[in-house]
Amino acid sequence: MLRFIGKRLWDGGLTLAALVVLTFFMMRLAPGGPFSKNRKISPEVLENIKAKYHLDEPVWMQFARYVRGLAQGDFGPSMRFRDYSVNDLIAAGLPWSLTIGFWAIVVASLVGVALGIAGALRRNSAADYLAGTIGVVGIAVPIFVIGPLAQAIFALRLEWLPVGGIGGGWRSLVLPVLVLALPNIAYISRLTRTSMIETLRENYVRTARAKGIGEPRVILRHTMTGTLLPVIAYLGPATAAIITGSILIETIFAVPGIGRHFVDAALNRDYPLVMGITIVYGGLVIAFNILTDLLRGWLDPRVRHG
Amino acid sequence: MADGLPLDETAPPPGRSTLRLQLDRFARNRLAMAGVVVLAFIVAACFLGPFLFPFTGEDADFDYILAPIDLTSPHPFGTDDYGRDLLVRTLEGGRVSLAIGFLGAFVAGVIGVLYGAIAGYAGGRTDGLMMRFVEILYGFPYVILVILLSLVFGGGNLALFAAIVFTLWLTPAVIVRAQAQSLARREFVEAARAGGMRGSRIVLGHIVPNCLSVVIVYGSLLVPEVILSESFLSFLGIGIKEPQASWGNLIQAGTAAMDSDLRLLLLPGTMLAAVLFCLNFIADGLRDAFDPNDR
Repeated sequence: MLRFIGKRLWDGGLTLAALVVLTFFMMRLAPGGPFSKNRKISPEVLENIKAKYHLDEPVWMQFARYVRGLAQGDFGPSMRFRDYSVNDLIAAGLPWSLTIGFWAIVVASLVGVALGIAGALRRNSAADYLAGTIGVVGIAVPIFVIGPLAQAIFALRLEWLPVGGIGGGWRSLVLPVLVLALPNIAYISRLTRTSMIETLRENYVRTARAKGIGEPRVILRHTMTGTLLPVIAYLGPATAAIITGSILIETIFAVPGIGRHFVDAALNRDYPLVMGITIVYGGLVIAFNILTDLLRGWLDPRVRHG
Repeated sequence: MADGLPLDETAPPPGRSTLRLQLDRFARNRLAMAGVVVLAFIVAACFLGPFLFPFTGEDADFDYILAPIDLTSPHPFGTDDYGRDLLVRTLEGGRVSLAIGFLGAFVAGVIGVLYGAIAGYAGGRTDGLMMRFVEILYGFPYVILVILLSLVFGGGNLALFAAIVFTLWLTPAVIVRAQAQSLARREFVEAARAGGMRGSRIVLGHIVPNCLSVVIVYGSLLVPEVILSESFLSFLGIGIKEPQASWGNLIQAGTAAMDSDLRLLLLPGTMLAAVLFCLNFIADGLRDAFDPNDR
């Protein structure tokens, strides 16, 4: 088990290092720079600004400087938000992104697993059809169509919830969390349904029933591990999906998280901010992939020794 | 014909090919066939529909600014705030989204299949290196890669296309590589090699054709993914930009106007969702018909 953990951590570290190197050089390759969209400034001033951010140095020197800063936990200054460091911006935005992402995963897992189990136990019942419909809608209708529609219906027409922003406390988080959770509810309920149906056909489930164990106990004690293994395997990809979705959600609902910063920063070539957010996102995805593998390894010896 | 049996030599032999059987199975899937019909209708509407109107989606009509739905006016579904016809714009946007979707899935599929087939056939060090590269790219959060690539390629439609293709060829590569690996050990491949056939011809002539049914199934899932990526990026303002229409940037414009008029959001949104519904049903149908594991 320790060897397994070590290997996964080493692989994750390598991927993160590759991510840092590739992102750094890709950003420099992209045409345009952080100050090319400014109003006309004299060449001398531009030279001074570039010198201030070390953009006049050769790229490899900039990279060495960046890595040195990174080793000390310093993501550097933002080039668009003049008086802020990237650390400040991430510290201010990340809690919002994490809160919404966390609740979206919680809601998606609970609702998705419940719908999937209901569908598997009562096949072709009303609950099964409801789960199936949510599954199809959640996969086929994109977040950026459902999000604005939800705003129009629940905020503008019915006025139950705020349209956007974060001024309304927990009430402003309801729509972002639900919309972000929806596609994942769809995937998780499909996964749960299929794997539960498969698990119910296993011999050990038949044995448990034959021994006279009551149905609720069979479902809760004997089929859960088998049912949840594929769902747990989806946890890693789900993190990536949540990050993709959160960029949209934060744009649609005007949440001041890091997803909104990322798109603006990429368009404005704010190199340090793009790098910082890439590292945070990449780190999250890699961490959750490792966590997923560990959970699976712990629950399923075939993964551990395979 | 004393025995009463038809002895026509040109008649096909009894029994049907696997492909025929698979297509028949697909045709019996009602949801998938409905998807094909609706999708064909939407494609025809997008590519032919705009010709029925005397103006294009980029022509502003100053007599009809923000016109409502009125089937008797020259703009049956109304206009946007520049007086541009909404229906024509949505159809023209559909052309862009659909063309990028099918072309992108095709190109990503071809790259993925060739890459996977070569890696799987070659095996050993080559395979290890090639798949290591895929693994590293896989470790990247998808959004970050696609956004950065579209910037590196310089913005514009071609850059968008290249960025999407470059991020989506990985899955077909992995799937085909697994298939190719097992094919490479089969007798007919060994026979081809013993007969002196060159590696490149074995890959193209033996490995790729035998992966085709897997490729069709997963390729059909690529199309909605490409369409979704394109509209996602256009929605964020990174993809296709005004005045050219695509479903993504039309939905974005609809979002901005939604407190006064939901129509701007609903028309392109419904079209996009309908296409994605159809493509998902078709992909499900193809998987049921072609995937030997499910039989």
